[in-house]
Amino acid sequence: MPNHQNNGNMRIGYYVCHCGHNIANQVDVEALAAYISKLPGVAVSRSYKYMCSDPGQELIQQDIKDHGLNRIVVASCSPLLHEQTFRKAVEKGGLNPYFFQMVNIRENVSWVHEDRKEATQKAMDLSRAAVHRVFFHKELEKKYVKINPDALVVGGGIAGIHAALTLANSGKKVYLVEKEPTIGGHMAQFDKTFPTLDCAACILTPKMSAVKSHPNITLWTYSEVTNVSGYVGNYIVQVKRKPRYIDEKLCVGCLACIDECVYKEGKYADEFNMGLSKRKPIYMSFPQATPKVVVIDPETCIQFKSGKCKQTCIESCDRGAIDLSQKETNEEVNVGTIILSTGYRTFDAHRVPFYGYGKYPNVYTSLEVERLINASGPTGGELILRDGSHPKTVGIIHCVGSRDRNTNRWCSRTCCMYSLKLAHLLKEHSGAEVYNFYIDIRAAGKAYEEFYDKVLEENVHFIRGRVAEVIDWAANPAEEGKLIIRAEDTMIGTVRRIPVDMVVLAVGMEPREDAQAVRKMFNISCSTEGFFLERHPKLAPVDTFTDGVFIAGACQGPKDIPDSVAQAGAAAAQAMMLVDTGEVELEPNTAFITEEHCSGCKSCIPLCPFHAILFNDTSKKAYINEALCKGCGTCVAACPSGSIQQNMFDDAEILAEINGLLAIDNSEFYEKEAIHVG
Amino acid sequence: MSDNKKETKNWEPTIVAFFCNWCTYTAADLAGVSRLRHAANVRIIRVMCSGRVDPQFILNAYAKGADGVLIGGCHFGDCHYMEGNYKTARRFHLLKRMLQDMGIEEERCRLEWISASEGERVRTVINDMVEKVKALGPLRLPERFNEWDKEMEFIGEHNIGEEVHIHA
Amino acid sequence: MKKYLYYPGCSLHSTGKAYEESMLSVFRYLNVEVEELKDWNCCGATSYASIDEVQAFSLAARNLVIAENQNGNGELPELLTPCNACYLVLTKTQKYMSTYPHVKEKVDQALSAASLHYEGKTKVRHPLDVIANDIGLKTVSDMVKKNLQGLRVACYYGCQIVRPFADFDDQHNPMTMDHLVSALGGEAVDWPLKTRCCSGSLTGTIPEAGLRLNRRLLVEAVKRKAEMIITCCPLCQFNLECFQDKINANYGENIHIPVMYFTQLMGVAFGLPEGDLGIQRLFVKPSWHLSSQKGGVKVHA
Repeated sequence: MPNHQNNGNMRIGYYVCHCGHNIANQVDVEALAAYISKLPGVAVSRSYKYMCSDPGQELIQQDIKDHGLNRIVVASCSPLLHEQTFRKAVEKGGLNPYFFQMVNIRENVSWVHEDRKEATQKAMDLSRAAVHRVFFHKELEKKYVKINPDALVVGGGIAGIHAALTLANSGKKVYLVEKEPTIGGHMAQFDKTFPTLDCAACILTPKMSAVKSHPNITLWTYSEVTNVSGYVGNYIVQVKRKPRYIDEKLCVGCLACIDECVYKEGKYADEFNMGLSKRKPIYMSFPQATPKVVVIDPETCIQFKSGKCKQTCIESCDRGAIDLSQKETNEEVNVGTIILSTGYRTFDAHRVPFYGYGKYPNVYTSLEVERLINASGPTGGELILRDGSHPKTVGIIHCVGSRDRNTNRWCSRTCCMYSLKLAHLLKEHSGAEVYNFYIDIRAAGKAYEEFYDKVLEENVHFIRGRVAEVIDWAANPAEEGKLIIRAEDTMIGTVRRIPVDMVVLAVGMEPREDAQAVRKMFNISCSTEGFFLERHPKLAPVDTFTDGVFIAGACQGPKDIPDSVAQAGAAAAQAMMLVDTGEVELEPNTAFITEEHCSGCKSCIPLCPFHAILFNDTSKKAYINEALCKGCGTCVAACPSGSIQQNMFDDAEILAEINGLLAIDNSEFYEKEAIHVG
Repeated sequence: MSDNKKETKNWEPTIVAFFCNWCTYTAADLAGVSRLRHAANVRIIRVMCSGRVDPQFILNAYAKGADGVLIGGCHFGDCHYMEGNYKTARRFHLLKRMLQDMGIEEERCRLEWISASEGERVRTVINDMVEKVKALGPLRLPERFNEWDKEMEFIGEHNIGEEVHIHA
Repeated sequence: MKKYLYYPGCSLHSTGKAYEESMLSVFRYLNVEVEELKDWNCCGATSYASIDEVQAFSLAARNLVIAENQNGNGELPELLTPCNACYLVLTKTQKYMSTYPHVKEKVDQALSAASLHYEGKTKVRHPLDVIANDIGLKTVSDMVKKNLQGLRVACYYGCQIVRPFADFDDQHNPMTMDHLVSALGGEAVDWPLKTRCCSGSLTGTIPEAGLRLNRRLLVEAVKRKAEMIITCCPLCQFNLECFQDKINANYGENIHIPVMYFTQLMGVAFGLPEGDLGIQRLFVKPSWHLSSQKGGVKVHA
């Protein structure tokens, strides 16, 4: 029998929110409040401009006192946004917080319906359903679980590095897992950073070493998370550690083994240098790689391919760090919180064949140019093109794979600024004439517009118009041997042909190829374009719909370094908030079995993926382990005898809601449940 | 049930929807935030998982006057509770056969997988379903229950079917 | 192998006669059955389409419907459409009929006057698509008798075949003919103008503009040391071949480059008699020097 305060006398308070004009413009809130006031059990029915504001919440609390309310219904925005706010308000007013129901008349009504009459009718139906429903609400106790203070950070780019250091510096133990042999991510590949032009390595490598040497950080590079189970505060994570055939503890990064490799020269495309140079099968991505440990690539190593290598590398290592028999290992860790900072990938320029990438050697992607002009890059920072020449004119094409219906519709946010930076650097390195072909220049950031001004003053050319094609078809002798960029110059209203020696494609940012797999593993969502979905675009930008899992950096959407770092800090702070609270409140929506009705048929037991339903062999009845139950309600729907019920979503509550929606008189239910309509 | 169509021209169907908290309800919120206008006939009930949708709820909705029922859950492999949506799918297929036997048209009961990012799909599914149910006309189960009850009363009062003994 | 219905359109029975002759010869050689569509009519191209689209769609749709009827055996009809303009109009009609109910309604109405019913089952196929994707370049290569080794060919696709409705090749950089040339043993010249305007009907209406557009293509092909141009469109072939003298006179050029249908070149590689390939109809005649050793072909203008 449900437990009702006030001896079963229903005294419902109903509040409809105007949400400024957001609701009131489409829904006749006064008519709605008047209509609900006439329903049985409703003691107070009001409308108010902003129910979520302090005065709105106080209104509820005052009414509870003045009118002896014992159920509260608020019709406003989505419960995903403000259910907690109102529950707290109700609790502060002295009621059990679960004697509350929220009606979504903004996202589900006023924002999606044009006809005011229809919208008002729908809001009335939904509100009536909630009024019917709260009759059956029960007094519930909050549930708490302890939070494991350790954290996992997935992805060791600048966002992951910053998040890991923030957590570690505040005394939390952190596991940082990185797929590549070194941390650093894309930022490690960059030459200089806009708008300050400080070198990426100079500001990144100290943070990388700090990660390596931090006592609170366990760094696992060349590793991948393979499985995640558990729940907020208590995740169990499996990590696969790929063999690098080097004992990490013994290797000191002297690189003698690389020198002694049977390959005298590099033979395979160097991933870190975007294939602009060659590496050997044994290599280190770049001199400041962290950990400073070499790696052997079994795909290209002769010993792994044929077993017939002289293995000069092994001889060369006086510490005996090379171990070709190394096997993949698996680690299991328990953590309370997880931060995903898995980053992005750049747009594949082959998808826009008319820009000639892959066809003309002197067409480069922006990331390749970062390596090309880097002092530690394949040419030592000298601007030498693939055909050996030095460019005198360079064209930079913006928005390649961004703002384009045929590829990606979104703005990648960083390309304008890095194109300006590359324009400046290319000019500085080679004295070349530089042309930028742009749609709009988006220089919205601290000191970004000023940087744009500076580049303009350096006489970099700007042509506003989308490039049609890059072609080697010379129309006159001056164009012979050049790449011709054809674009509409929308400022002067004509098509222009600009002959250049080098083309830079400012490729956009995309979700990583494994974003869907990662999303599934961590039980979070992706937005339409494939980036990880935040809980709320404005108010919960680093939270996800899975408690205890946070996102930071470009895995959530295109972003530059300052934004990634800011978000990483925010994600770390959110994780710390959970950890420092020590425990987290869970929805008390678990299922339970009424033993006297259970027939012991066991049909519920295999339904539960969490193994929360057990069978008592003595009593021949099933029972639910509340700690394991996650509250999905699948077993409740399946129980043939109706002996399983779910708190917050029991049959009576949902049936009352259905009846309420369809304007069915509930009196027989009230009678059955011994409820008095006061 | 073809006689349903002679209802008034301005009739609008009422559709009860059960949306799972994690995918479809969130998608409906996204449709709201993106201001994707759609037909106002669907009344959403939020459940934690589409697996919670007891076939009873669906039958109850029809019995109490709904013209259609829409269930929204996560795509396979995406369930927040790992496999609740598979259970939903199984139950749904069984229920569909039962509804068919009861003479409730297929278009009146619909199961859709809509992920949190598919706000646009919420709109298209709702508009499409409203259009289809509109074409079918009202289901009127409560009224028909009344009519059937009256028939039963009539049968009872008039002793129809009782054998009459005729003596020579 | 399945049977293809063949829709000639007006060109292949007139200016493009050589295209028809060579295509039919090549398909016969490849053992592919081709049957001409009976009682076909105008595809509804340019003049109709620019005046009244629905009329143009109705004409095109009639051809698609009678193809359905002629096949009769329940097999989905595949309609070989060698002319790029016909190909574009027929595929566009299908697209519009399936996308826009208001177009379909009107066209259906027109067809019903002739007791015809549009089902949309006919598959419109370009012979280039059929050769590359149904027959396969491996088979083509195996059937070559006179390897074209050393022959530098510029492949010209024109504007209509790859965009916007066809899907058998990349619309920005089509390669089917280039691969075909390689399969025949020849060398496809990298020629970025392969989909640029051949001047269409401008040669007849505004000749100066037409010749200017035309000249760009020819000059660049010669510059890139192409020994011939092949094409898959009757109008393109006509434009590129027939105005070379005029261009030479007007612009002081010295262009003499054979412009052939790709099916003609295939026929040469297959060793078919020139008379069966319509070679005699070309204005700029290639002369062939068959090198017995390599089986190669040399072209002289």
